[in-house]
Amino acid sequence: MRALMNMIKVEAKLFLRDPATVGFGVLFPTGLLLGLGAIPSLRESSPETGGLRSIDVWAPTALVFGMVMIAVQHVPSVIATYRERGILRRMSTTPVHPGNVLLAQMIVAFASVLVSAALMIFVAWAVLDIAPPERPVAFAVAFLVGYAAVLGVSMISAAVVPTSGAATQIGTLLFVALMFFGGAFLPRLLMPEVLQRVGEFVPPGLQALTEAWSAEAGELTAGAEGQPFWLQIAIMAGIAVTTSAIAARLFRWE
Amino acid sequence: MTALEVRHLHKRYGRHVAVDDVSFTVEEGEIFGIIGPNGAGKTTTVESIAGLRTPDSGSISVLGLDPRKNRAEVRERLGVQLQESSFQDAIKVAEALELYSSFYRNPADWRELMELLGLTEKRDVQYRALSGGQKQRLSIALALVGNPQIAILDELTTGLDPQARRDTWRLIERVRDTGVTILLVTHFMDEAERLCDRIAVIDSGRVAAVDSPAGLIAQASEVQQVRFRVSRPLDRTALTELPGVTDVEVTEDQWRVTGGGQLLSSVAGALARAEVVAEELRVDHRTLDDAFVAFTGRAPETTEPLHEEG
Repeated sequence: MRALMNMIKVEAKLFLRDPATVGFGVLFPTGLLLGLGAIPSLRESSPETGGLRSIDVWAPTALVFGMVMIAVQHVPSVIATYRERGILRRMSTTPVHPGNVLLAQMIVAFASVLVSAALMIFVAWAVLDIAPPERPVAFAVAFLVGYAAVLGVSMISAAVVPTSGAATQIGTLLFVALMFFGGAFLPRLLMPEVLQRVGEFVPPGLQALTEAWSAEAGELTAGAEGQPFWLQIAIMAGIAVTTSAIAARLFRWE
Repeated sequence: MTALEVRHLHKRYGRHVAVDDVSFTVEEGEIFGIIGPNGAGKTTTVESIAGLRTPDSGSISVLGLDPRKNRAEVRERLGVQLQESSFQDAIKVAEALELYSSFYRNPADWRELMELLGLTEKRDVQYRALSGGQKQRLSIALALVGNPQIAILDELTTGLDPQARRDTWRLIERVRDTGVTILLVTHFMDEAERLCDRIAVIDSGRVAAVDSPAGLIAQASEVQQVRFRVSRPLDRTALTELPGVTDVEVTEDQWRVTGGGQLLSSVAGALARAEVVAEELRVDHRTLDDAFVAFTGRAPETTEPLHEEG
């Protein structure tokens, strides 16, 4: 336990010494939302959307951006580096299992995602007048399970990639794919029906997050045949469990 | 007391036999060296001792414990400095030492170790900013931070400049003087000759010889050569008939006599009886390099170390 606590402390320091990750993972989602919020047309409410502004509907995408950035870009590249550089191997010659350093790393990454989300929700409310999540408990569950699902998918890559370079490449592809379904490039409302449906099952589950944040926005993005909220959560949980099990099975220590 | 015992270790990766049959014992308090050409099985052997590899057959005992079955206990008592292992780029010297010391039940005082290894003034420097020698010293410090009874040091001074190598050697002797048994893997003959009490020469996955550095040289020197020049003609048979002489070569006035036993004194005696004065009489002086060649049939790698930055 003492070793794990010390490792969390050290990993947290290492995280903060990496300005690119702090910038992109923690601060960028908020910056992105503020940037888009500065465009007047995105702040106009439209009768077609029941009085919602585009920025209201889009806010959960900024949140997903931070989650995906940390889970698929940061975590796998750190793990691949630790393996490539023999850090895991070196640790396995001590009484402490190298799994501890992975655990510490993941705890720190998760804490950074929480900070990123809290900062973004606060700024959204304070600056852009976007109400905080309406159903906080459901939102927390959707956030937790959604993050676990993204992390599980990216851990499959982290389990086997030989180099940190390969981890970054796979992470970038995964990032683009997940963010496409997360509505970063094209608002989900404008996507064909089938892509909107697929998006409900793609981690971290943007639709569930949107519904828990704002029922109105959720209704809008769900379209005609939206899945029930808890079914979406169950699917994310299923993805998280399955992918983590696969990653754990495939994991190479060196 | 025996600190370490390896018996008939065998390990293959697929069809490639990395270690064929290696046995040796290391006594408590000694510096035991493993030398051998690249790919001889040195690293696989020490990785098996450290419990990082599971041998296909044979047994290993570390202070009477099996590194696979008594994993946790062996790791408490065995400190390892691995070839090609490093640490997080942004971790500071003091952080790494403090972190690793928290892994052990009875750790050494990491501040004292930091002082001993001359790293105190670098305590707040990140790993990536250390020079090769400083990284190596940190790696040694981390191998010792758990207060081990045995330390494995793999390719300790590779990449260090000559001064840093000599400093590291002195340090290893100091560590041994505190009672730590040391298993040293190296391909530098001067390092092995200077530090080791005994050496195992490993070649093609087998132990070619185990002895003290002087003993290895003597074993390899059973065949010696004496060279000289003579001012007056000399009958070749005066030398070929000497006991132990196997070959006599003459090129103009240069003589070269090959043989075993007390070669020099019997040649000198024969020359005196023939009333010939030998000039430039020389006995080939054998070094550990020659012993290495004799046991492995290969020349050791260059001992010219890389230039250290900073």
